Amino acid sequence: MQHKVIDAKDVVIRFAGDSGDGMQLTGTLFANLSAIYGNGLSTFPDYPAEIRAPKGTVAGVSGFQVHIGSGKVNTPGDFCDMLVAMNPAALKANAKWLKRNATVLVNEDAFDDMGLDKAGFKGNPFEELHIEDRNIIIAPITKLTEESLKDSGLDIASIHKCKNMFTLGMACFIYNRPLDYVYTYLEGRFRKKHPEMIEPNRKVVNDGYNYASNIQAVADTYTIVPEAKEKGIYRNITGNQALAWGLMAASEKSGLPLFCGSYPITPATAILEELAIHKNLGVKTMQTEDEIAGICSAIGASFAGSLAVTTTSGPGLSLKSEALGLAVMTELPLVVVDVQRAGPCTGMPTKTEQTDLNEALYGRNGESPVVVMAAHSPANCFDAAFNAAKIALEHMTPVLLLSEGFLGNGSEPWKIPSMSDYPVIRPRIAKADGTKFQPFRRDEKTLARDWAPAGTPGLEHRVGGLEKTHSGVLSTDPDNHALMVAERAEKVARVAEAIPDLVIDGPESGDVLLVGWGGTMGHILTAAEELRSRGINVSRVHFDYINPLPKNTREVLSGFKKIIVCELNSGQFEAYLRSCFPEFEYIGCDKVQGQVFLVRDIIGAVAPELLKEQED
Amino acid sequence: MAKYTFKDFKSDQEIRWCPGCGDFSVLAALQRTLPVVCEEKGIDKDKIVVVSGIGCSSRLPYYMDTYGFHSIHGRATAIATGIKVANPDLCVWQVSGDGDALAIGGNHFIHAIRRNIDINLMLFNNRIYGMTKGQYSPTSRLGTVTKTSPYGTVEPPFNPGSLVLGAKGTFFARSIDTELALNQEIMLAASRHHGTAVMEFLTNCMIFNNGSHAEISAKDVKADRTIVLRDGEKMIFGKDRNKGIMLDGWKLKVVTIGEDGVTEDDILTHDSHSDNLGLQTMLAEMRWPEFPVALGVIRQVPAQTYEDEVARQVEEVSAKARIHDMDSLLVSGSTWEQK
Repeated sequence: MQHKVIDAKDVVIRFAGDSGDGMQLTGTLFANLSAIYGNGLSTFPDYPAEIRAPKGTVAGVSGFQVHIGSGKVNTPGDFCDMLVAMNPAALKANAKWLKRNATVLVNEDAFDDMGLDKAGFKGNPFEELHIEDRNIIIAPITKLTEESLKDSGLDIASIHKCKNMFTLGMACFIYNRPLDYVYTYLEGRFRKKHPEMIEPNRKVVNDGYNYASNIQAVADTYTIVPEAKEKGIYRNITGNQALAWGLMAASEKSGLPLFCGSYPITPATAILEELAIHKNLGVKTMQTEDEIAGICSAIGASFAGSLAVTTTSGPGLSLKSEALGLAVMTELPLVVVDVQRAGPCTGMPTKTEQTDLNEALYGRNGESPVVVMAAHSPANCFDAAFNAAKIALEHMTPVLLLSEGFLGNGSEPWKIPSMSDYPVIRPRIAKADGTKFQPFRRDEKTLARDWAPAGTPGLEHRVGGLEKTHSGVLSTDPDNHALMVAERAEKVARVAEAIPDLVIDGPESGDVLLVGWGGTMGHILTAAEELRSRGINVSRVHFDYINPLPKNTREVLSGFKKIIVCELNSGQFEAYLRSCFPEFEYIGCDKVQGQVFLVRDIIGAVAPELLKEQED
Repeated sequence: MAKYTFKDFKSDQEIRWCPGCGDFSVLAALQRTLPVVCEEKGIDKDKIVVVSGIGCSSRLPYYMDTYGFHSIHGRATAIATGIKVANPDLCVWQVSGDGDALAIGGNHFIHAIRRNIDINLMLFNNRIYGMTKGQYSPTSRLGTVTKTSPYGTVEPPFNPGSLVLGAKGTFFARSIDTELALNQEIMLAASRHHGTAVMEFLTNCMIFNNGSHAEISAKDVKADRTIVLRDGEKMIFGKDRNKGIMLDGWKLKVVTIGEDGVTEDDILTHDSHSDNLGLQTMLAEMRWPEFPVALGVIRQVPAQTYEDEVARQVEEVSAKARIHDMDSLLVSGSTWEQK
């Protein structure tokens, strides 16, 4: 049948189903093929901590939201244009994210009495959720998949596993996506171990595509025409992968082998997994017996001359605290990555938050300053990791890099850089000069000490957690301690000389400055654009460096009447800014729900009246 | 390669152990052994790293003129592991007390042994917490009265040897602080062993646990209450060299040669190189008064080491891979071009 083709600037699609329904894969494939098609995109996986939560229950719903647009897309989108719900629970869990004119595609076969009952529906689920006015497509996806594969020779369980591919086919038709990428993916995935699965999967995707083209319910289809982007080679990349690659890039640019000692923890594990693959680039990874051994093995590797890294999430960072203090005291280069999740304690491991900032800044005994940085988008994790390593090696200090579950698991298209665009990293390797090596003698400019990795001829020395003099002799002398405390703090403070100034997006002075740090950048940026488009003048500034703060921070803040600090915690960065610059007034725009901001959250903090207009 | 004497391994730092502390003699043994180690391995002393945790014995790295790392409580094993994996050419010696290695650092201790990382781990066992001034440790005997156990401990101790062999350790040796010659002997054996070499030194804490090993180490009783195991030698001990260890069914027993028809042929011959974990465990667990306490190298068997395997994978994967730099990696896999 004929369909009207609507040209859309951007659309948000949410794939949701049971945690075993393959929705993460469906979403990832849809995102990747859209990226290759040339669209901008941002993704947001939202899944339960249980690998297979109780089947059919709302708690077990796994979702993957992808926002695709003609040009650059900065957020995964607040509300969706299309929801794919593979069962009633998925519909129930996600109905609140539907736009007014949204399309809902449901698998009719899962909407039987048992499915409805498990999700807690009593009657018509669409009426109960008040979404009966949306464009609802009810398709017997399970039966159609069975029909499609009845001659495939596959058993029924294997056939049912293919139903997410039928859904993908339908979505590809509705959004005019080419299927070539899916075919290439299936080839690569199954060629070696299960070549018999290639053809059935291909067929199901294709049948889903054709089915969507034949039914009445699909009235309109959409195209999202890619805008011309900057020329170059692109790839879609998740934050965790980009972070791992950034560390490897720093290893190449510093000429030092990379060592990573880590313990698996959600949502940071993928960094260790990624690093473990790349032994061809000389990377040594160690899955240690616990978090403490992760950081301690890294400190040992640093003492032996490696670019040393440990990766973790909040609870793991707590366990590493004492050893991080040891890295502060021994002044060894070390990168500690914290992919933050919702806390406290185990909290909500698969949900995102920015609640570890205080821990990063203050979570150690004694006065033990470390450099604290944050990545602001999935692709930016590459640069952030590279810069963290550069600072650690050139300033002889541990660097704590904050990422977030949202960044680690989220993805975006990335224009692949050339390594020639990145600076050489110059570790402060000491050379024997015939005099006795003084391990804590400092560079006049940066106050960084020299690094004499164990094994360097003629520079034998001892380091440790006890206070020492510049020459490395143990000392409890009051003046020496005061001096060393001050010097360690000043050394970190002087990193400000090596980091870029803040860049203001918008006028340099005005009524409102939106302030953010970390993974909220896309949302704040989108909110600022929308506010401006509706006549409200705001400026925006984003902090990649938290300790030390960029040198022009005071100057930037002084230009505005109202400073609104947006963050996914209860005001930690706001309190930090207040402690650094008490002369300004700050307003918090906080969210601690284990979820990313909605653009409307930020708009509401600036101009609540606009939200009211929207609702009307 | 330089020739060294023990003086080359003495640092200029003042030693701050209590007078009479057992740690002095183990330190001296190490300083006397390392010149031989360097010669045997053909290395200079900048390849020697001494790593410790926290506790009295953990001050030792400061007294050695080598690379040294005095770390945090319990974590020396993890740090030593990182050092060795990062640079397998380094010769790593760890010093930990019974609290450091077996209480707060117990997890790292057993996992280092499981991985068989090539480090020489000197466990100074004085059965007490000295640095915090006298609390019981995981090796304090049941009922030991200390400041935190004023009515005696109610928890049985670890035997470090059982722990090492239980984790299928590839090397375990035991000695007493004052046995300078034996200490050098087992340190050298540890150095030659490729893998985690745990040496337990029964050390005396003059201040908080004086005489804790005296029942076996005192001059007049030592010969009857300890046995030095040496490969190929019969397990014979005693002032009169007439007592021996033999197998009685599944168990060991002490016998007197010449009594009840026992001849020297009945006595077991020590073989630390055989992979006989059962017998070696029984030897490590011998306790006075039923048995003499076994000293010397009880077990040393070959096995792959962790750092070698890590390095081997890096080498093998690199040899097969097409990608050897970041620029090639960045454009590999699924990419697209915007023209």
